[in-house]
Amino acid sequence: MYNLVRFLQKHYFILLFVFLEVVALVMLSRSHSYQRAAVNHRTNAIAANIYHLRSDISGYFSLRHQNIMLQKQNAELLKQLALVKEQLPEPDSALKSQIYDYIPATVINNTVDLRNNYIIINKGYRDGVTRDMGLVSPDGVAGIIIGVSEHYATAMSLLHKHAALSIRFLNNDQIANLHWRGGDYHLAEVVDIPSHVIPKEGDTIITSGHSFVFPEGIMVGTVAEHVDSERGNLNTAKVLFSTNFGKLRHVFVVKNAHRKELDALSTIKTNE
Amino acid sequence: MNSLIFNSLRFIGLVLLQVLILNQIEFIGYVNPFVYILFIMMLPLSIPGWLLLLLGFGTGYTIDLFMTGAGLHTAATVFMAFARPYVIQLATGAKQPETVNDPGLSQMGMRWWFSYTLSLVVLHHFALFILESFSFSQLGYTLIRIILSVIATELLILLLSYFFSARQGKKK
Repeated sequence: MYNLVRFLQKHYFILLFVFLEVVALVMLSRSHSYQRAAVNHRTNAIAANIYHLRSDISGYFSLRHQNIMLQKQNAELLKQLALVKEQLPEPDSALKSQIYDYIPATVINNTVDLRNNYIIINKGYRDGVTRDMGLVSPDGVAGIIIGVSEHYATAMSLLHKHAALSIRFLNNDQIANLHWRGGDYHLAEVVDIPSHVIPKEGDTIITSGHSFVFPEGIMVGTVAEHVDSERGNLNTAKVLFSTNFGKLRHVFVVKNAHRKELDALSTIKTNE
Repeated sequence: MNSLIFNSLRFIGLVLLQVLILNQIEFIGYVNPFVYILFIMMLPLSIPGWLLLLLGFGTGYTIDLFMTGAGLHTAATVFMAFARPYVIQLATGAKQPETVNDPGLSQMGMRWWFSYTLSLVVLHHFALFILESFSFSQLGYTLIRIILSVIATELLILLLSYFFSARQGKKK
C-alpha cells in the first residue's frame, strides 16, 4: 500500500498527464464522424453571445458591400418572380405547393482557414431552426445546421471534412458529390464523375435536390479545372465555389416542410 | 497573490485576443497563429505539476468552446503543459535559476526565451495540426500549415512578451 502511494507520488505528473490527455482525446474522437459531431454538438451560449457582440461591431464595416449584394439578389429574385408569375394560373396554388421556406439570418462567427470550419448564426430554435436544415447565402450553398440553442445555431460549413453535397451539372444533368479537400477555401472537388462525362471549364454546378436539405437548383459553383482520371474510371473536377466563404454575412436557413414525410419514407424503405 | 492577479489578467487578455481578433483575421490563406499558449509559458517556474496540467486543460478547453473543435486545443495544450518542465530543464541545464520565478523575456534573456518559446510552440502546433487533420495522407499540406503557423505564432509571442516585460520593468 505504502509502495503504491509512493509510486503515485513519484509519477503523478505523468499519470495526470495521461489521464487529462485521454479525456481530451475522447472528447475529440466524439466529434469525429459527421453523425456524432451532429449528435454531440451543443452550441455554446456564452461563446455565441461574445461573438454576437463582436459581430454587431464589425458588421458596420461591411454594410456597404452587403447592401450591394442584397440589392443584386433582390433584383435577380424579382426577375425570377416575374417569370414565375407568368406561368402560374392562380396565386393560391403556389402557396399550397410551397415546400421550402427561408429563414433569414446573420452570420456571427465563421472560419475558413481550419480543416473543419463552422458557421454560427443568430437564429435558434425559437426562430424555427432545427438540425439538418440547409444554410444558403445569396450566392449559393453555405452549410448544414448541426447544433441549435435558443437564439443561435451552428452550421457545419461546406469547408468541413465531413461535409458532402449532392450536386448536378446544369448542362447534362449528371449527378455527383462535392466535397472540400482543405487548403484554398474557394476551391472544392468533385471526384465521382463517370468517364463519359467531360465537364468543361465554367460549367455551372447546382444542388441536385436529392438530399432533402437543399431544394434543387441552388447555385454551388462553376468548374474551374477538369482532371482526367488515369485509370479511366472516374474523372475529377475542381470547382470554384460561388459562395465567398470569407465574406459570409447575410444567409438563409432552408426549411423543408416535407422533411418529416420524406424521412419517414426513407426509413420505411430501409426497414424492408 | 500579485502573481495570481497578473496571471488571471493575462489569461483573460490572451483568450480574448485569440478569440476576438486572431481567429477572425485571415493571414495569408491558411495561417492561424495561436498565442493563447503564452499564458502557459509565462506561469511561474515554481508552479506544482498538477496545477500546470490542469491549467493547460482549462486553457485549451476555453479555446475549444469558442472554436467548436471539441477537445482539439485541450489535447494540444495539455501536451504542451506536460512538456514544459522538460523544455525548461533542457533550456537551463540541470540548474534551476533560483532568483527568477516568473519566466519572461527580460528575466531570462532573449536567447533563453526564444529557444524556450519556440520549442513549446513547435510541440503545441504539431500536436494540434496532426490531431486536426487526423490523417497522414495530406502530410505535406499539414506540414506547410504547421511551419507557417509556428512562424506566425512565434513572432506574435515575442512581440507580446516584449510588451509584458516592458510593463513589468516599469513596475520595478
